[in-house]
Amino acid sequence: MQKAVDSADAYVIEGKLALPYSYFAGRVGSTFITALRDSKQILGVRCDKCNKVFVPPRQTCERCMADLRENWVQLENTGEVVNFTVVRYSDKHLPRKTPYILAMIKLDGADTPLVHILDEVKIEDIKPGMRVEAVFSEKTTSTILDIDHFKPIA
Amino acid sequence: MSRRVAVCATAQIKNEPDIWYQRFQGMLFDCFESIVSQTGVTFDMEKGIRNVVTCSDDVFDARTISDNGLTDVVGAHFRGEEKTAQDGINGIGYAMASILSGHDDIILLIGHCKESQPESRHMCTNLAFDPFYCRPLGLDFLNASAFQARAYMEKSGITEEHLARVVVRSRQMAAKNPYARKNKMVTEQEVMKSPMLSDPIRELHAYPLTDWAAGMLLCCEERAHEFTDNPVFVTGFGSCMDSYFLGDRDLTDNFALKKAASRAYQMAGVQNPKDAFDMVELNDSYAYQLPMWAEGAGLVEEGEGRRWIENGGMEANHVNTSGGMLNGNPVMLGGLARALEAVHQLRGEAGDRQVEGAKKALAHGTTGPAGQHHAVLILEK
Ligand SMILES: [Zn+2]
Repeated sequence: MQKAVDSADAYVIEGKLALPYSYFAGRVGSTFITALRDSKQILGVRCDKCNKVFVPPRQTCERCMADLRENWVQLENTGEVVNFTVVRYSDKHLPRKTPYILAMIKLDGADTPLVHILDEVKIEDIKPGMRVEAVFSEKTTSTILDIDHFKPIA
Repeated sequence: MSRRVAVCATAQIKNEPDIWYQRFQGMLFDCFESIVSQTGVTFDMEKGIRNVVTCSDDVFDARTISDNGLTDVVGAHFRGEEKTAQDGINGIGYAMASILSGHDDIILLIGHCKESQPESRHMCTNLAFDPFYCRPLGLDFLNASAFQARAYMEKSGITEEHLARVVVRSRQMAAKNPYARKNKMVTEQEVMKSPMLSDPIRELHAYPLTDWAAGMLLCCEERAHEFTDNPVFVTGFGSCMDSYFLGDRDLTDNFALKKAASRAYQMAGVQNPKDAFDMVELNDSYAYQLPMWAEGAGLVEEGEGRRWIENGGMEANHVNTSGGMLNGNPVMLGGLARALEAVHQLRGEAGDRQVEGAKKALAHGTTGPAGQHHAVLILEK
Protein backbone atom coordinates (compact mmCIF):
# COMPACT_ATOMS: atom_id res chain seq x y z
CA MET A 1 0.00 0.00 0.00
CA GLN A 2 2.88 2.33 -0.70
CA LYS A 3 1.73 5.46 -2.49
CA ALA A 4 3.81 8.20 -4.06
CA VAL A 5 3.98 11.24 -1.80
CA ASP A 6 2.50 14.41 -3.27
CA SER A 7 3.68 17.25 -1.04
CA ALA A 8 2.82 20.15 -3.34
CA ASP A 9 0.90 22.86 -1.42
CA ALA A 10 0.80 20.60 1.65
CA TYR A 11 0.43 22.78 4.74
CA VAL A 12 1.36 21.85 8.31
CA ILE A 13 -0.55 23.73 11.01
CA GLU A 14 1.27 24.51 14.27
CA GLY A 15 -0.96 23.97 17.31
CA LYS A 16 -0.67 23.78 21.05
CA LEU A 17 -2.57 21.88 23.68
CA ALA A 18 -2.51 23.89 26.92
CA LEU A 19 -5.18 23.70 29.56
CA PRO A 20 -5.01 25.13 33.06
CA TYR A 21 -6.74 22.69 35.37
CA SER A 22 -7.89 22.36 38.98
CA TYR A 23 -7.80 18.93 40.59
CA PHE A 24 -9.30 17.90 43.91
CA ALA A 25 -6.54 15.96 45.64
CA GLY A 26 -9.10 13.68 47.27
CA ARG A 27 -9.65 13.38 51.04
CA VAL A 28 -6.63 11.13 51.46
CA GLY A 29 -4.49 13.26 49.17
CA SER A 30 -5.58 16.41 51.03
CA THR A 31 -4.39 15.00 54.35
CA PHE A 32 -1.13 13.90 52.75
CA ILE A 33 -0.34 17.25 51.16
CA THR A 34 -1.36 19.28 54.21
CA ALA A 35 0.96 17.26 56.46
CA LEU A 36 3.77 17.56 53.93
CA ARG A 37 3.31 21.29 53.40
CA ASP A 38 2.60 22.41 56.97
CA SER A 39 4.48 19.89 59.14
CA LYS A 40 7.09 18.42 56.80
CA GLN A 41 5.67 15.00 57.57
CA ILE A 42 5.40 12.20 55.01
CA LEU A 43 2.31 10.11 55.68
CA GLY A 44 1.52 6.59 54.55
CA VAL A 45 -1.39 4.28 55.27
CA ARG A 46 -1.22 0.84 56.85
CA CYS A 47 -3.23 -2.19 55.85
CA ASP A 48 -3.35 -4.29 59.02
CA LYS A 49 -4.64 -7.35 57.20
CA CYS A 50 -1.84 -7.26 54.59
CA ASN A 51 0.66 -5.94 57.15
CA LYS A 52 1.86 -3.38 54.65
CA VAL A 53 2.43 0.38 54.75
CA PHE A 54 1.71 2.14 51.48
CA VAL A 55 3.02 5.46 50.23
CA PRO A 56 1.59 7.33 48.36
CA PRO A 57 -1.44 6.76 50.58
CA ARG A 58 -4.74 5.51 49.24
CA GLN A 59 -8.23 5.00 50.61
CA THR A 60 -8.57 1.29 49.88
CA CYS A 61 -6.13 -1.62 49.89
CA GLU A 62 -6.18 -3.03 46.35
CA ARG A 63 -5.33 -6.52 47.65
CA CYS A 64 -7.90 -7.01 50.41
CA MET A 65 -10.24 -4.03 49.87
CA ALA A 66 -9.83 -2.85 53.47
CA ASP A 67 -10.68 0.78 54.12
CA LEU A 68 -7.37 2.45 54.98
CA ARG A 69 -8.40 6.09 55.17
CA GLU A 70 -8.00 6.39 58.93
CA ASN A 71 -4.91 4.18 59.19
CA TRP A 72 -2.37 6.97 58.91
CA VAL A 73 1.25 6.21 59.66
CA GLN A 74 3.87 8.90 59.99
CA LEU A 75 6.92 7.82 58.02
CA GLU A 76 10.47 8.91 58.63
CA ASN A 77 11.91 11.54 56.30
CA THR A 78 14.77 9.10 55.71
CA GLY A 79 15.04 5.92 53.71
CA GLU A 80 17.13 3.92 51.28
CA VAL A 81 17.58 3.96 47.52
CA VAL A 82 16.33 0.70 45.99
CA ASN A 83 16.46 1.68 42.30
CA PHE A 84 17.42 4.72 40.21
CA THR A 85 17.78 6.11 36.70
CA VAL A 86 19.65 9.11 35.36
CA VAL A 87 17.36 11.08 33.06
CA ARG A 88 19.67 12.40 30.36
CA TYR A 89 17.31 13.54 27.59
CA SER A 90 15.87 17.04 27.77
CA ASP A 91 12.14 17.62 27.60
CA LYS A 92 9.61 20.19 28.73
CA HIS A 93 7.80 17.96 31.21
CA LEU A 94 10.99 17.29 33.17
CA PRO A 95 11.23 19.40 36.34
CA ARG A 96 15.02 19.65 36.31
CA LYS A 97 17.77 20.45 33.90
CA THR A 98 19.17 17.11 32.77
CA PRO A 99 20.92 15.02 33.73
CA TYR A 100 18.96 14.50 36.91
CA ILE A 101 18.32 11.40 38.98
CA LEU A 102 14.99 9.73 39.62
CA ALA A 103 15.12 7.17 42.41
CA MET A 104 12.81 4.68 44.06
CA ILE A 105 13.25 5.33 47.76
CA LYS A 106 11.97 3.03 50.48
CA LEU A 107 11.19 5.37 53.34
CA ASP A 108 11.77 4.13 56.88
CA GLY A 109 8.40 2.86 58.05
CA ALA A 110 7.03 2.20 54.53
CA ASP A 111 6.91 -1.00 52.49
CA THR A 112 6.37 0.47 49.02
CA PRO A 113 9.18 2.60 47.54
CA LEU A 114 8.33 6.17 46.55
CA VAL A 115 9.66 7.67 43.32
CA HIS A 116 11.39 11.02 43.81
CA ILE A 117 14.36 13.12 42.74
CA LEU A 118 17.79 12.33 44.15
CA ASP A 119 20.29 15.20 44.23
CA GLU A 120 23.47 16.42 45.93
CA VAL A 121 25.18 13.19 44.90
CA LYS A 122 27.59 12.21 42.14
CA ILE A 123 26.06 9.72 39.74
CA GLU A 124 28.98 7.32 40.18
CA ASP A 125 28.47 7.34 43.95
CA ILE A 126 24.86 6.12 43.88
CA LYS A 127 24.48 2.63 45.27
CA PRO A 128 21.43 0.54 46.06
CA GLY A 129 20.90 0.65 49.80
CA MET A 130 22.28 4.19 50.01
CA ARG A 131 20.74 6.10 52.94
CA VAL A 132 18.97 9.33 51.97
CA GLU A 133 16.86 12.04 53.58
CA ALA A 134 14.19 14.43 52.33
CA VAL A 135 15.01 18.06 51.60
CA PHE A 136 11.82 20.13 51.73
CA SER A 137 11.01 22.90 49.27
CA GLU A 138 11.10 26.51 50.34
CA LYS A 139 8.01 27.30 48.32
CA THR A 140 4.96 25.03 48.27
CA THR A 141 3.46 23.74 45.03
CA SER A 142 0.98 21.54 46.91
CA THR A 143 2.28 18.47 45.10
CA ILE A 144 4.87 15.82 45.85
CA LEU A 145 7.43 18.52 44.96
CA ASP A 146 6.90 20.02 48.43
CA ILE A 147 9.74 17.60 48.94
CA ASP A 148 12.33 19.25 46.69
CA HIS A 149 14.54 16.17 46.52
CA PHE A 150 16.29 13.53 48.58
CA LYS A 151 19.99 13.74 49.40
CA PRO A 152 22.46 11.28 50.88
CA ILE A 153 22.72 11.31 54.65
CA ALA A 154 26.17 12.67 55.39
CA MET B 1 -15.68 -22.91 22.71
CA SER B 2 -18.76 -23.43 20.54
CA ARG B 3 -18.08 -20.57 18.17
CA ARG B 4 -14.75 -19.36 16.87
CA VAL B 5 -13.72 -15.97 15.60
CA ALA B 6 -11.83 -15.69 12.32
CA VAL B 7 -9.44 -12.99 11.21
CA CYS B 8 -10.41 -12.56 7.56
CA ALA B 9 -8.11 -9.75 6.45
CA THR B 10 -5.48 -7.34 7.69
CA ALA B 11 -4.25 -4.05 6.26
CA GLN B 12 -1.49 -1.68 7.22
CA ILE B 13 0.57 1.17 5.92
CA LYS B 14 4.34 1.13 6.26
CA ASN B 15 5.73 2.19 9.64
CA GLU B 16 7.52 5.50 9.11
CA PRO B 17 9.25 8.10 11.28
CA ASP B 18 7.18 11.07 10.11
CA ILE B 19 4.13 10.79 7.87
CA TRP B 20 3.72 14.57 7.94
CA TYR B 21 2.21 14.61 4.47
CA GLN B 22 -0.86 12.56 5.38
CA ARG B 23 -3.52 13.13 8.03
CA PHE B 24 -4.22 10.17 10.27
CA GLN B 25 -7.62 10.03 8.61
CA GLY B 26 -5.85 9.38 5.30
CA MET B 27 -3.65 6.71 6.87
CA LEU B 28 -6.75 4.95 8.19
CA PHE B 29 -8.62 5.35 4.90
CA ASP B 30 -5.82 3.52 3.07
CA CYS B 31 -6.21 0.60 5.48
CA PHE B 32 -10.00 0.75 5.24
CA GLU B 33 -10.02 0.64 1.44
CA SER B 34 -7.62 -2.27 1.44
CA ILE B 35 -9.83 -4.33 3.75
CA VAL B 36 -12.95 -3.58 1.73
CA SER B 37 -11.23 -4.49 -1.52
CA GLN B 38 -9.68 -7.69 -0.10
CA THR B 39 -12.95 -8.99 1.36
CA GLY B 40 -15.87 -7.32 -0.43
CA VAL B 41 -17.38 -6.67 3.01
CA THR B 42 -20.28 -4.22 3.02
CA PHE B 43 -21.96 -1.94 5.52
CA ASP B 44 -25.38 -3.49 5.04
CA MET B 45 -27.08 -3.45 8.44
CA GLU B 46 -28.28 -7.06 8.03
CA LYS B 47 -25.29 -8.73 6.40
CA GLY B 48 -22.37 -6.36 6.75
CA ILE B 49 -20.39 -4.41 9.33
CA ARG B 50 -22.68 -3.04 12.04
CA ASN B 51 -19.95 -2.20 14.51
CA VAL B 52 -16.47 -0.71 14.18
CA VAL B 53 -13.84 -0.84 16.94
CA THR B 54 -11.28 1.94 16.70
CA CYS B 55 -8.05 2.44 18.62
CA SER B 56 -6.45 5.84 19.20
CA ASP B 57 -5.15 8.12 21.93
CA ASP B 58 -6.56 11.54 22.82
CA VAL B 59 -3.27 13.11 23.81
CA PHE B 60 -1.30 11.91 20.78
CA ASP B 61 -4.09 13.28 18.57
CA ALA B 62 -4.48 16.45 20.71
CA ARG B 63 -8.19 15.87 20.50
CA THR B 64 -10.61 14.72 23.18
CA ILE B 65 -12.67 11.72 22.04
CA SER B 66 -10.03 11.16 19.35
CA ASP B 67 -12.33 8.75 17.50
CA ASN B 68 -14.82 11.45 16.55
CA GLY B 69 -12.32 12.81 14.04
CA LEU B 70 -12.13 9.60 12.06
CA THR B 71 -15.39 7.65 12.18
CA ASP B 72 -16.45 8.86 8.73
CA VAL B 73 -13.37 7.44 6.98
CA VAL B 74 -13.65 3.97 8.55
CA GLY B 75 -17.32 3.38 7.76
CA ALA B 76 -18.45 3.95 11.34
CA HIS B 77 -21.19 6.49 10.70
CA PHE B 78 -24.79 5.45 11.34
CA ARG B 79 -23.80 2.28 13.21
CA GLY B 80 -21.97 1.14 16.32
CA GLU B 81 -18.52 2.56 16.97
CA GLU B 82 -16.50 1.79 20.07
CA LYS B 83 -13.06 3.04 20.88
CA THR B 84 -10.30 1.33 22.79
CA ALA B 85 -7.72 3.69 24.27
CA GLN B 86 -5.32 0.86 25.02
CA ASP B 87 -3.03 -1.13 22.78
CA GLY B 88 -5.03 -2.15 19.73
CA ILE B 89 -4.53 -5.85 20.49
CA ASN B 90 -7.21 -5.35 23.14
CA GLY B 91 -9.54 -4.39 20.32
CA ILE B 92 -9.16 -7.96 19.04
CA GLY B 93 -10.25 -9.27 22.43
CA TYR B 94 -13.14 -6.86 22.34
CA ALA B 95 -14.12 -7.89 18.81
CA MET B 96 -13.96 -11.51 19.89
CA ALA B 97 -16.30 -10.83 22.82
CA SER B 98 -18.75 -8.99 20.54
CA ILE B 99 -18.82 -11.89 18.10
CA LEU B 100 -18.84 -14.79 20.59
CA SER B 101 -21.69 -13.15 22.50
CA GLY B 102 -23.72 -13.14 19.31
CA HIS B 103 -24.02 -9.38 19.41
CA ASP B 104 -22.30 -9.05 16.04
CA ASP B 105 -21.10 -11.33 13.24
CA ILE B 106 -18.47 -8.98 11.83
CA ILE B 107 -16.21 -6.37 13.42
CA LEU B 108 -13.88 -3.98 11.67
CA LEU B 109 -10.96 -3.09 13.95
CA ILE B 110 -8.82 -0.13 12.95
CA GLY B 111 -6.25 2.01 14.78
CA HIS B 112 -3.69 4.74 14.34
CA CYS B 113 -1.07 6.74 16.15
CA LYS B 114 1.25 9.49 14.91
CA GLU B 115 4.04 9.85 17.42
CA SER B 116 5.55 12.52 15.16
CA GLN B 117 2.72 14.99 15.78
CA PRO B 118 3.37 16.06 19.37
CA GLU B 119 6.56 17.95 20.11
CA SER B 120 7.60 15.04 22.34
CA ARG B 121 6.10 11.61 22.87
CA HIS B 122 7.54 11.64 26.39
CA MET B 123 5.48 14.73 27.19
CA CYS B 124 2.43 12.70 26.12
CA THR B 125 3.26 9.70 28.27
CA ASN B 126 4.05 11.98 31.24
CA LEU B 127 0.31 12.76 31.13
CA ALA B 128 -0.44 9.09 31.80
CA PHE B 129 0.67 9.74 35.39
CA ASP B 130 -1.42 11.35 38.12
CA PRO B 131 -0.97 15.13 38.51
CA PHE B 132 -0.10 14.98 42.18
CA TYR B 133 2.31 12.21 43.19
CA CYS B 134 4.07 11.26 39.93
CA ARG B 135 3.63 13.71 37.05
CA PRO B 136 5.53 16.61 38.69
CA LEU B 137 8.62 14.38 38.96
CA GLY B 138 8.81 14.05 35.18
CA LEU B 139 7.90 10.36 35.09
CA ASP B 140 7.16 9.10 31.58
CA PHE B 141 7.11 5.67 29.88
CA LEU B 142 10.84 5.85 29.10
CA ASN B 143 12.23 6.66 32.54
CA ALA B 144 9.65 4.41 34.24
CA SER B 145 10.89 1.54 32.06
CA ALA B 146 14.46 2.38 33.08
CA PHE B 147 13.64 1.35 36.67
CA GLN B 148 12.29 -1.94 35.37
CA ALA B 149 15.31 -2.41 33.09
CA ARG B 150 17.75 -1.94 35.97
CA ALA B 151 15.84 -4.27 38.28
CA TYR B 152 15.43 -6.96 35.63
CA MET B 153 19.04 -6.80 34.45
CA GLU B 154 20.24 -7.16 38.01
CA LYS B 155 17.93 -10.10 38.69
CA SER B 156 18.52 -11.93 35.41
CA GLY B 157 22.18 -11.21 34.77
CA ILE B 158 21.26 -9.74 31.36
CA THR B 159 24.11 -7.47 30.24
CA GLU B 160 24.71 -4.80 27.62
CA GLU B 161 25.95 -7.59 25.31
CA HIS B 162 22.65 -9.44 25.54
CA LEU B 163 20.65 -6.28 24.85
CA ALA B 164 22.88 -5.49 21.86
CA ARG B 165 22.10 -8.92 20.40
CA VAL B 166 18.38 -8.24 20.77
CA VAL B 167 18.66 -4.89 18.96
CA VAL B 168 20.87 -6.12 16.12
CA ARG B 169 18.58 -9.08 15.47
CA SER B 170 15.47 -6.87 15.56
CA ARG B 171 16.81 -4.75 12.72
CA GLN B 172 17.91 -7.78 10.71
CA MET B 173 14.44 -9.31 10.97
CA ALA B 174 12.74 -6.00 10.18
CA ALA B 175 14.79 -5.66 6.98
CA LYS B 176 12.76 -8.60 5.63
CA ASN B 177 9.43 -7.03 6.56
CA PRO B 178 8.14 -4.64 3.88
CA TYR B 179 5.89 -2.86 6.43
CA ALA B 180 8.64 -2.31 9.00
CA ARG B 181 10.19 1.07 9.67
CA LYS B 182 13.32 1.41 7.54
CA ASN B 183 16.19 1.65 10.01
CA LYS B 184 19.93 1.61 9.65
CA MET B 185 21.60 -1.73 10.34
CA VAL B 186 23.62 -1.55 13.53
CA THR B 187 26.41 -3.59 15.09
CA GLU B 188 26.53 -4.77 18.69
CA GLN B 189 29.33 -2.27 19.31
CA GLU B 190 27.17 0.60 18.01
CA VAL B 191 24.32 -0.43 20.31
CA MET B 192 26.60 -0.56 23.33
CA LYS B 193 28.03 2.85 22.50
CA SER B 194 24.77 4.60 21.66
CA PRO B 195 23.92 7.54 23.96
CA MET B 196 22.38 6.76 27.32
CA LEU B 197 18.80 8.10 27.51
CA SER B 198 17.78 6.99 30.99
CA ASP B 199 20.22 4.55 32.58
CA PRO B 200 20.43 1.70 31.75
CA ILE B 201 18.32 2.34 28.62
CA ARG B 202 20.34 3.59 25.65
CA GLU B 203 19.01 5.24 22.53
CA LEU B 204 19.25 2.04 20.49
CA HIS B 205 17.56 0.04 23.27
CA ALA B 206 14.41 2.11 22.77
CA TYR B 207 11.87 1.81 19.96
CA PRO B 208 12.23 4.73 17.53
CA LEU B 209 9.55 7.36 17.03
CA THR B 210 6.99 5.98 14.55
CA ASP B 211 3.73 6.74 12.76
CA TRP B 212 1.44 3.93 11.70
CA ALA B 213 -2.11 2.75 11.06
CA ALA B 214 -3.51 -0.74 10.70
CA GLY B 215 -6.79 -2.61 10.49
CA MET B 216 -8.28 -6.08 10.69
CA LEU B 217 -11.59 -7.68 9.71
CA LEU B 218 -12.91 -10.22 12.22
CA CYS B 219 -15.91 -12.45 11.68
CA CYS B 220 -17.71 -15.45 13.16
CA GLU B 221 -16.37 -18.78 11.85
CA GLU B 222 -19.57 -19.68 9.99
CA ARG B 223 -19.39 -16.64 7.76
CA ALA B 224 -15.61 -16.34 7.32
CA HIS B 225 -15.79 -18.02 3.89
CA GLU B 226 -17.73 -14.99 2.60
CA PHE B 227 -14.62 -12.86 3.06
CA THR B 228 -11.56 -15.10 2.76
CA ASP B 229 -10.26 -18.52 1.71
CA ASN B 230 -7.49 -18.25 4.27
CA PRO B 231 -8.90 -17.51 7.72
CA VAL B 232 -6.89 -17.49 10.92
CA PHE B 233 -8.70 -18.20 14.18
CA VAL B 234 -8.57 -16.42 17.51
CA THR B 235 -8.50 -19.26 20.04
CA GLY B 236 -7.37 -17.49 23.18
CA PHE B 237 -7.23 -14.04 24.73
CA GLY B 238 -6.38 -12.80 28.19
CA SER B 239 -5.42 -9.49 29.71
CA CYS B 240 -4.42 -8.19 33.12
CA MET B 241 -3.79 -4.76 34.66
CA ASP B 242 -1.13 -4.42 37.35
CA SER B 243 -0.96 -1.82 40.16
CA TYR B 244 -0.56 1.82 39.19
CA PHE B 245 2.25 3.06 41.46
CA LEU B 246 5.64 1.72 40.40
CA GLY B 247 6.53 1.16 44.06
CA ASP B 248 3.45 -1.02 44.58
CA ARG B 249 4.71 -3.49 42.01
CA ASP B 250 7.60 -5.89 41.98
CA LEU B 251 8.85 -4.55 38.65
CA THR B 252 10.47 -7.87 37.71
CA ASP B 253 7.81 -10.40 38.64
CA ASN B 254 5.79 -10.26 35.38
CA PHE B 255 2.63 -10.50 37.47
CA ALA B 256 0.22 -9.08 34.88
CA LEU B 257 1.77 -10.92 31.93
CA LYS B 258 1.59 -14.25 33.76
CA LYS B 259 -2.10 -13.67 34.54
CA ALA B 260 -2.90 -12.56 30.99
CA ALA B 261 -1.03 -15.54 29.53
CA SER B 262 -2.62 -18.10 31.82
CA ARG B 263 -6.10 -16.83 30.90
CA ALA B 264 -5.29 -17.02 27.18
CA TYR B 265 -3.67 -20.46 27.56
CA GLN B 266 -6.63 -21.83 29.46
CA MET B 267 -9.01 -20.62 26.77
CA ALA B 268 -6.88 -22.03 23.95
CA GLY B 269 -6.04 -25.28 25.75
CA VAL B 270 -2.31 -24.56 25.77
CA GLN B 271 -0.66 -26.95 28.23
CA ASN B 272 3.01 -26.15 27.78
CA PRO B 273 3.77 -22.73 26.31
CA LYS B 274 7.44 -23.67 25.80
CA ASP B 275 6.66 -25.79 22.75
CA ALA B 276 3.09 -24.76 21.90
CA PHE B 277 3.81 -22.02 19.36
CA ASP B 278 5.37 -22.05 15.91
CA MET B 279 6.11 -18.35 16.22
CA VAL B 280 5.76 -15.66 18.86
CA GLU B 281 5.48 -11.87 18.73
CA LEU B 282 6.34 -10.03 21.97
CA ASN B 283 5.81 -6.31 22.43
CA ASP B 284 9.34 -5.12 23.17
CA SER B 285 9.25 -1.31 23.45
CA TYR B 286 12.72 -1.59 24.98
CA ALA B 287 15.34 -4.28 24.39
CA TYR B 288 15.33 -5.64 27.96
CA GLN B 289 11.65 -6.46 27.59
CA LEU B 290 12.13 -9.21 25.00
CA PRO B 291 13.75 -11.73 27.40
CA MET B 292 11.65 -10.46 30.30
CA TRP B 293 8.37 -10.96 28.48
CA ALA B 294 9.61 -14.35 27.19
CA GLU B 295 9.95 -15.41 30.83
CA GLY B 296 6.57 -13.93 31.77
CA ALA B 297 4.78 -15.67 28.91
CA GLY B 298 6.34 -18.96 30.00
CA LEU B 299 8.34 -19.50 26.80
CA VAL B 300 11.33 -20.08 29.07
CA GLU B 301 11.65 -20.82 32.77
CA GLU B 302 11.73 -17.85 35.08
CA GLY B 303 15.28 -16.50 35.31
CA GLU B 304 16.32 -18.18 32.05
CA GLY B 305 15.97 -15.13 29.79
CA ARG B 306 19.71 -14.63 29.68
CA ARG B 307 20.48 -18.22 28.66
CA TRP B 308 17.58 -18.07 26.22
CA ILE B 309 19.33 -15.26 24.34
CA GLU B 310 22.75 -16.93 24.60
CA ASN B 311 21.46 -20.28 23.33
CA GLY B 312 19.62 -18.94 20.29
CA GLY B 313 16.16 -18.98 21.87
CA MET B 314 15.00 -15.95 19.89
CA GLU B 315 15.65 -17.90 16.69
CA ALA B 316 14.41 -21.28 17.98
CA ASN B 317 11.09 -19.79 19.16
CA HIS B 318 10.82 -17.68 15.97
CA VAL B 319 10.29 -14.60 18.11
CA ASN B 320 9.50 -11.25 16.49
CA THR B 321 9.99 -12.14 12.86
CA SER B 322 8.45 -8.72 12.17
CA GLY B 323 11.39 -6.98 13.88
CA GLY B 324 9.25 -6.34 16.94
CA MET B 325 8.14 -3.08 18.42
CA LEU B 326 11.82 -2.40 19.00
CA ASN B 327 12.22 -1.70 15.29
CA GLY B 328 9.39 0.85 15.39
CA ASN B 329 5.66 0.84 15.92
CA PRO B 330 3.88 3.67 17.70
CA VAL B 331 2.68 3.31 21.27
CA MET B 332 -0.95 2.05 21.35
CA LEU B 333 -0.32 -0.19 18.35
CA GLY B 334 2.63 -2.38 19.36
CA GLY B 335 0.44 -5.35 20.23
CA LEU B 336 -1.79 -4.90 17.19
CA ALA B 337 1.36 -4.96 15.04
CA ARG B 338 2.37 -8.21 16.77
CA ALA B 339 -1.03 -9.71 15.95
CA LEU B 340 -0.81 -8.63 12.30
CA GLU B 341 2.57 -10.32 11.94
CA ALA B 342 1.21 -13.51 13.51
CA VAL B 343 -1.68 -13.47 11.00
CA HIS B 344 0.75 -12.98 8.09
CA GLN B 345 2.78 -15.94 9.30
CA LEU B 346 -0.20 -18.25 9.81
CA ARG B 347 -1.58 -17.34 6.39
CA GLY B 348 1.79 -18.17 4.84
CA GLU B 349 2.13 -14.59 3.60
CA ALA B 350 5.28 -13.56 5.45
CA GLY B 351 7.59 -13.65 2.43
CA ASP B 352 11.31 -13.95 3.20
CA ARG B 353 10.66 -14.24 6.91
CA GLN B 354 8.04 -17.01 6.63
CA VAL B 355 8.16 -19.67 9.35
CA GLU B 356 7.40 -22.81 7.34
CA GLY B 357 4.21 -24.55 8.33
CA ALA B 358 3.31 -22.13 11.11
CA LYS B 359 0.00 -23.27 12.62
CA LYS B 360 -0.16 -21.67 16.04
CA ALA B 361 1.13 -18.28 17.18
CA LEU B 362 1.21 -16.04 20.22
CA ALA B 363 0.92 -12.24 19.96
CA HIS B 364 1.38 -9.96 22.94
CA GLY B 365 0.70 -6.31 23.71
CA THR B 366 1.36 -3.90 26.57
CA THR B 367 -0.14 -0.61 27.68
CA GLY B 368 1.08 1.82 30.31
CA PRO B 369 4.39 2.43 32.07
CA ALA B 370 6.80 -0.51 32.42
CA GLY B 371 4.24 -3.02 31.18
CA GLN B 372 1.44 -2.17 33.58
CA HIS B 373 -1.16 -3.85 31.38
CA HIS B 374 -0.56 -6.96 29.30
CA ALA B 375 -2.67 -8.75 26.72
CA VAL B 376 -1.96 -12.18 25.23
CA LEU B 377 -3.62 -13.45 22.07
CA ILE B 378 -3.46 -16.98 20.63
CA LEU B 379 -4.03 -17.38 16.90
CA GLU B 380 -4.34 -20.66 15.00
CA LYS B 381 -4.50 -21.73 11.40
ZN1 LIG C 1 -4.81 -5.20 52.45
